[in-house]
Amino acid sequence: MNDKVYIAGIGMISAIGQNVTETLESLKTSRHGVGRLENIDTVYKDKIPFAEVKKTNEELKIQLGLDANKTITRTSLFGMIAAHEAVQNSGIDVKQFRCGIVSATSVGGMDLSERFYDEFYSDNNAGDINGIKGHDCADSTEHIADFLGIKDYLGTISTACSSSANSIMFGSRLIKNDIVDVVVAGGTDSLTRFTLNGFNTLMILDKNHCRPFDANRAGLNLGEGAGFVVLVSQRLLNKINARPLAEVAGYGNANDAYHQTASSPDGQGAFLAMSKALAVSGLRPDDIDYINVHGTGTGNNDLSEGIAMKRIFGEKTPLFSSTKAFTGHTLGAAGGVEAVISVLAIQNNLIFPNLNFLEPIPEINISPVTSLIENVKVDHVLSNSFGFGGNNSTLILSRPVW
Amino acid sequence: MKIYINSTAAISPQPTFGKPFELIKPVKYEAEYLRCIEPDYKEYINPVLIRRMGRVVKMGVAAGIRCLRDAGIESPDAIITGTGLGCIEDTESFLNEIIKNKEQFLPPTSFIQSTHNTIAGQIALLLKCNSYNYAYVHRCFSFENALLDAMMMINEQNSYNVLLGGVDELTKTSWTIMKRLGIYKDVSEKGPDIFTDRTEGSIAGEGAVFFTASGIPKDAYASVDAIKTLYKPASTDQTKEFIKNFLEVHGLIPQDIDAVIMGYSADKESDGIYDLISDQLFADNNILNYKPLCGEYFTSVSFAVWAAANILKLNVCPDAMKIRYNGNNALRRILIYNHFKNSEHSLILLSAC
Repeated sequence: MNDKVYIAGIGMISAIGQNVTETLESLKTSRHGVGRLENIDTVYKDKIPFAEVKKTNEELKIQLGLDANKTITRTSLFGMIAAHEAVQNSGIDVKQFRCGIVSATSVGGMDLSERFYDEFYSDNNAGDINGIKGHDCADSTEHIADFLGIKDYLGTISTACSSSANSIMFGSRLIKNDIVDVVVAGGTDSLTRFTLNGFNTLMILDKNHCRPFDANRAGLNLGEGAGFVVLVSQRLLNKINARPLAEVAGYGNANDAYHQTASSPDGQGAFLAMSKALAVSGLRPDDIDYINVHGTGTGNNDLSEGIAMKRIFGEKTPLFSSTKAFTGHTLGAAGGVEAVISVLAIQNNLIFPNLNFLEPIPEINISPVTSLIENVKVDHVLSNSFGFGGNNSTLILSRPVW
Repeated sequence: MKIYINSTAAISPQPTFGKPFELIKPVKYEAEYLRCIEPDYKEYINPVLIRRMGRVVKMGVAAGIRCLRDAGIESPDAIITGTGLGCIEDTESFLNEIIKNKEQFLPPTSFIQSTHNTIAGQIALLLKCNSYNYAYVHRCFSFENALLDAMMMINEQNSYNVLLGGVDELTKTSWTIMKRLGIYKDVSEKGPDIFTDRTEGSIAGEGAVFFTASGIPKDAYASVDAIKTLYKPASTDQTKEFIKNFLEVHGLIPQDIDAVIMGYSADKESDGIYDLISDQLFADNNILNYKPLCGEYFTSVSFAVWAAANILKLNVCPDAMKIRYNGNNALRRILIYNHFKNSEHSLILLSAC
């Protein structure tokens, strides 16, 4: 139970890069991924911007060495690419140890099932039935597991936009409880007509590039992708004499219990998630060097999150930024994507900018980092991920003492 | 990592909700699949909210609230749910709206309610409960993921009361699709012999089963001693080894198990595996089944845990569950073995308190 959990590898795909190297380059050069949608047939194509991975499913399949005609969801393909990169990066042979996978997604294989459903809708005998096989959330997890040869534990979490922060938390607890020694943890989501219409009905999609934490923010940009980390127990790292990239120092989940989709005015859920994570880590608020905020760019989230931050940190808010103006909001993948970005901050002593910020929200009057900071002390990063259903999660990742 | 089940509540295709367990008499199937008998929700949920909730949400929330009331818990320390497919009625309804209205002027309600954590979130909202709140969604591991989380949580925090549930709904559309996939078959075509008449496809069902669990044995229904999952075994030999090894790790031999609850679903291939395990490992044990009562669904194993907990508490076994039963000794230890299409296998061990 007292064993520590470390991150030994990271992998990511999103609108700002096909891999971690490209991601880092984009983050350093302020190259965002928000633009015109190409891969989905929707009436909103030219009306709302999205952070899309500019690869077709066929291109992704070829990249993975799969048959270009294979029926497989985009969600699975992203997950396979990012999880594979994370495992490669860790240098750990997952087949050699007790290894599990905990993945997360918001809508699973909806990208293919909504195409099936278009035909099924008018005739219940129509539609390519193979297209619906990957609908459920576990389909992508099992594709990733089979691709990597992971067998010892499988789990999938879906708590909307906090899903993959929760998978990293559950994965860490699986290691601490000695269920497995290695967990590939993170999440994957692809853009779908279902999701973009859903968020559109809530009127929280910015018609322009999003402006997290800005006084005049007008909503979020949806994104897609996957982010995975390889979690390893301290006992195994010692045994194989490997060096980790970061420690999962703390985690916390709480429910806002205020509204199905809106955050509370006092940020209670966010406050509790951050408090719990700090308690698990044993760190004090002023130990935190950088916060990768949830920061979607909606009026409601950023205000509520900011209030919760002030309740924790008082007037001494750590350096913070939302990286969602780069990647878009990748929903079920966001916690994984932002855990990878947090590890990059620690590894490279960098703090990435919060794009498009001009003016602080008057009620909280706090300003994020707006241009890249280099050679800065980044030993402890706090990362927030909040979702529908009042689901609030916080991870604290630290420079490993090794 | 032993935990205790302190209360249970099941909304199922049988009159299981609020009725004495021993009186359960299986209802006759006349429709294509087994559909839950729903309670009067007004006793559990504010009528204004009932109208907005999808069916699976109402079932889950009512079962969860009932379970907490029975245990005398106002606000649990964790709410953990498992659901294979989540809120499919709302998902379908939003998909229909998108097509019908060509993506224009859509109402947000069904989208908002379609997320997989809606049930856990709604329970938290009703109780104003800020505690840990999770939703697991891994096919036939969904409830198993949730149960392991609950066990770890109580292991980590001994004073915790955890609300744990397994919930899945079936709609006509999802049943039609699953039937086309060969996963489900039509009960109404086959009549009452459905469970002995093994063909391709399982008998579909649904349910909302909740438990409160803690580290406190007082007045408990039973203890959950262990859970273990197996993913895509290479052979049935590996499955056998997995079960033998599970017993061994817990210091048991097959004779120590008073009854094995198996997940027979009337699907020819799946049932063949249960036969083999039953014949080769548990030839002398009582063998029970549960899917004739609730049907096959991704979180059906939660119904098996509900049945096992009640059997262990009351020391009675409903006739409807008996496949091979000698009735000689008291039932003190029950093993549940379930698998889905030979892909996700799980074992759950329960003991009387």
